[in-house]
Amino acid sequence: MRTTSRYRMLAAIGVVSLVAACSAGNGGATGGETAGAGPTAGYPDRNITFVVPFSAGGPTDTVTRMIAEPMAAKLGGQIVVQNVEGAGGTVGAGEVARAEADGYTVLMHHIGMSTAPALYQNLGYKPLEDFEMVGLVTEVPMTIVARKDFAPATLADLVAHVKANADKVTLANAGIGAASHLCGLLFQTAAGVKLQEVPYEGTGPALTDLVGGQVDFMCDQTTNTSGQIAAGEVKAYAVTTPERVKSLPDLPTTTEAGLPQLQVSVWHGLYVPAGTPPDVVQKLSEALKTALADQKVIDQMAKLGTAPVPAESATSQAHRAKLEEQLGTWAKVIADAGVKAS
Amino acid sequence: MDLLDNLALGFSTALLLQNVLYCFVGVLLGTAVGVLPGIGPTATVAMLLPITFSFEPVTALIMLAGIYYGAQYGGSTTAILINLPGESSAAVTALDGHEMARQGRAGAALATAAVGSFIAGTVATVALAVAAPPLARVALRFGPAEYFSLVLLGLIVSIALARGAPLKALAMIALGVLFGTVGQDIYTGTPRFVFDQRELYGGIDFVSVAVGMFGVAEILRNLENEQTRTTVVSRVKNLWPTREDRRRIVAPILRGTGIGAALGVLPGGGHVLASFTSYAVEKRISKRGDEFGHGAIEGVAGPESANNAAAQTSFIPLLTLGLPAHPVMALMVGAFIVHGITPGPNVLTDEPALFWGLIASMWIGNVLLLLLNLPLIGLWVRMLRIPYQILFPMIILFAAIGTYSLGFNAFDVYAIVFFGILGYILIKCGCEPAPLLLGFVLGPLVEENLRRALIISRGDPTTFITRPISAILLTLTIAALVLTVLPAIRKRRETVFTEEE
Repeated sequence: MRTTSRYRMLAAIGVVSLVAACSAGNGGATGGETAGAGPTAGYPDRNITFVVPFSAGGPTDTVTRMIAEPMAAKLGGQIVVQNVEGAGGTVGAGEVARAEADGYTVLMHHIGMSTAPALYQNLGYKPLEDFEMVGLVTEVPMTIVARKDFAPATLADLVAHVKANADKVTLANAGIGAASHLCGLLFQTAAGVKLQEVPYEGTGPALTDLVGGQVDFMCDQTTNTSGQIAAGEVKAYAVTTPERVKSLPDLPTTTEAGLPQLQVSVWHGLYVPAGTPPDVVQKLSEALKTALADQKVIDQMAKLGTAPVPAESATSQAHRAKLEEQLGTWAKVIADAGVKAS
Repeated sequence: MDLLDNLALGFSTALLLQNVLYCFVGVLLGTAVGVLPGIGPTATVAMLLPITFSFEPVTALIMLAGIYYGAQYGGSTTAILINLPGESSAAVTALDGHEMARQGRAGAALATAAVGSFIAGTVATVALAVAAPPLARVALRFGPAEYFSLVLLGLIVSIALARGAPLKALAMIALGVLFGTVGQDIYTGTPRFVFDQRELYGGIDFVSVAVGMFGVAEILRNLENEQTRTTVVSRVKNLWPTREDRRRIVAPILRGTGIGAALGVLPGGGHVLASFTSYAVEKRISKRGDEFGHGAIEGVAGPESANNAAAQTSFIPLLTLGLPAHPVMALMVGAFIVHGITPGPNVLTDEPALFWGLIASMWIGNVLLLLLNLPLIGLWVRMLRIPYQILFPMIILFAAIGTYSLGFNAFDVYAIVFFGILGYILIKCGCEPAPLLLGFVLGPLVEENLRRALIISRGDPTTFITRPISAILLTLTIAALVLTVLPAIRKRRETVFTEEE
């Protein structure tokens, strides 16, 4: 009898891990398209782990799981998604930086890769030196939203209003280093005003208090805000990308609304530890391109209010260029704002 | 009547074969992951999410919801049997539930938990169907000031009941609050008590603390004693609650359901308070207050019902406003979006079949859980007959696996060793882990909301008394304090949160 109960518990673990494996895609073992007989010709011959440095179910996690399946099919292996949370994504990133450079540990990270060096003193890794870039994945637009009874009607009104009432207005964000925090910093720089920020632990609670009218306004990814905008629960002013978002066709861009300096998107990219063989990186980039061209991925991303990056951005070179540019931008914004995470 | 039409629509959706099937899959998986501490519903839902992309939206949501409330059901099992709570609510259940198991009444405790959860789930589902939108509007009136006052009330009510030397109980709460402050301060980014360990930036996980302080410490305590080393349980008495038991659990189940259903609606931490509050209330109004902590069945019935009711009503902000109260809910928002449904107030009008189908499925899920769990009780209880020298390594193994799976982080496993040894030392000093856990869970909530309320009010502390809901809650808090210091009640205080004889 006692074995029954024990097996029951083991079975519970079994179910969970089996499901994990299945969800990573059922790519058959079709590998070996490269004819060369190098040590990496057989890649992949075991499971590849995609490390997501944020909680399961967040936007980054969702995007990762979306592309994992078509990528696994292309590579001819299995991809297991692992969430290693903590300290604004730096715990997971640090773990991958120290991992074996064999292409079996891959990091999905977002804009936080470019802000961490400015925010954290003892980061333990250098984004440009300790990683090899695989390619960009998607750039999620952000929106500026306010409680629905907040007075300003347009983005220009908002800027004027917060300048006149800087001692009363509250600007919510999802915590230090969160995309909403960075976007809020850029807004303050662009508008030339210093506001009272109200940090929350994650977007959910921040949005709840915005809908409840406890705070005045915030800036967050379309992934989180488009539902509330469509339902009229929050007032939307602008989207922070050069082009309008398909799911919110009536929402002007910051450029149209008169604040062109406010340009920010939550860009995502895949990384492997520095020293990973170039042909392995190449294989991963190719698989990424295939996944980004997958109609199912395009459709799912559209529902999140975003889109895959164009094929030429899903490369190591484009990714490195983006990261270099962003590291410079954020180092200045964060230093100017005097923000430190540790 | 509208409600009947809506429920008819809901049940016609929920009773479709594939929906019942996936509801069952959901609650089964939920029970399984609930039983294992650590492997939580969040990780499970995250892993299953991509599979549900190909389902009908309502089927997908029915299954995901089933995992969530199924896990609330399953969590009590390990808490009762082996004192291994995987969530804060289960830690409350463990207080008297495990004590009952030690007395050979594990069956009665498990049955009480199952029946209480079922009744609570049923009532809360009705509450969801009847009053979800207006309740959600009330919940939105709770800002940081209100949450501060609410959690303070919860903390005071529970402190007031802490037993034994008040100084020791207070010290334990303070220690718990201190452990709760470990990690990066969300307002300034300042790392607190992290000792340059990056793993500590995100704070200490509740599971590590609970599994260590309860499970591992309990094992150490059992091992030192020759008699308990072989069998924890003297003899298994009746498998089912006696008539006397049944009489005693009715009122606590109903009160727990009410408390849980009300608190669960509040997205900012209401469900955390549900089982603590229910336990404190039961303890205070029971005529057998001194039995609490020594296997009082009311101490299982009330909190378990409150927990499950809160699990159900915490769907209210999600379904009516699209606002998630829990990480699992956040995942479900993702599921809504992937299926092209915009979570928010429009779901009720645009997708009535989905809204009512999901609500109806929750009741069906509760029936399935009851049918699933009652027959398992005999099996679970038999597990206690495993000789202890075989059982305790298994417990530690599962605790380690579960804790590791939280974040694939060996650090969390080291943490259970630390808290296990700490828990053992504290027991030896006559200090109980329960107040520590209370401080650990509620302390950070108090701090977070206090500071946020003061940030919003620009440092003006009158915000707590000028906002009506907050003022009422603070008045209740003061009343609770006054009641506690009244000497007549002082005597009773001796017996709450008792863990050992």
